Amino acid sequence: MEKERVQVMEAENKGKGLMAPEDLATKLTALVVDDDKLTRMLHQRLLNKAGVKNHAVENGKEAVDIHRSAQSFDMILMDKDMPIMNGIEATKKLRSMGIGSMIIGVSSSSKEEEIREFMEAGLNDYKVKPFTFTMLSSILDKINS
Amino acid sequence: MDVIQWQRQHRDHQASMFREGFLDDQFIQLQKLQDETSPDFVIEVITMFFADSENLINNMKQALEQTPVDFRQVDAHVHQYKGSSASVGAARVKNVCVTFRNFCDAQNLEGCARCLQQLQHEYSLLKSNLQHLFGLQQQIQAAGGSIPTIE
Repeated sequence: MEKERVQVMEAENKGKGLMAPEDLATKLTALVVDDDKLTRMLHQRLLNKAGVKNHAVENGKEAVDIHRSAQSFDMILMDKDMPIMNGIEATKKLRSMGIGSMIIGVSSSSKEEEIREFMEAGLNDYKVKPFTFTMLSSILDKINS
Repeated sequence: MDVIQWQRQHRDHQASMFREGFLDDQFIQLQKLQDETSPDFVIEVITMFFADSENLINNMKQALEQTPVDFRQVDAHVHQYKGSSASVGAARVKNVCVTFRNFCDAQNLEGCARCLQQLQHEYSLLKSNLQHLFGLQQQIQAAGGSIPTIE
């Protein structure tokens, strides 16, 4: 699917002087924030396959701390329910620090009020788990545009 | 038995797991993440899932044995299990978790206890079916063949 997407985008961008999608993907960085080891493993594998350099942390506090240490990422995959600092608190904190990265909420919650609260914390988008290649592709397309 | 027969058994067993609802499309997504750079990815993920499952089911059981029962705590474990089962494509397990959460919301102890039993049963079935599938995979690889995948 990744190869097909690249081929379509290359055909569309030919002659327009735009960066080839695979070049863009390999320059992007992502932070995975999730307390579940299996989820971190899956999300990192997806990002690796898409050519996105990535790092993972286990909770919202670690996500905030890593930004305090002057690291930055093009996108952040943020879980909602985590110990120590949850995704809502972490997202609010990152936005208050002036972090302008694309923050995607990724959680298994499908309750409207919970999603709204998470979005209002400062998310760019919200995806219901399981996070798939199709979802990642749409996010990369948004970053590209 | 030769490679072709092992591959046929593997294909048939995997197809039946999908037909009977044990697995859904997310399992195919997992298989697509496996390649020469990560050749054991699916088995690694599923092994982790088995460990998580046993841990979470045990946590649910202990939480339901407390007096009084903290249904929010039970729900937290079920919510986590719903997430991890959805992530690996364990459809029947995930569906039991959905029902289980409803009983937690309603603070229905009897309903929760039934769901726990169902969860243990579904997990046990899933585990033995997946272990059989991985056993067939090992036979195919030992015979020098490639693992069939569902498109």
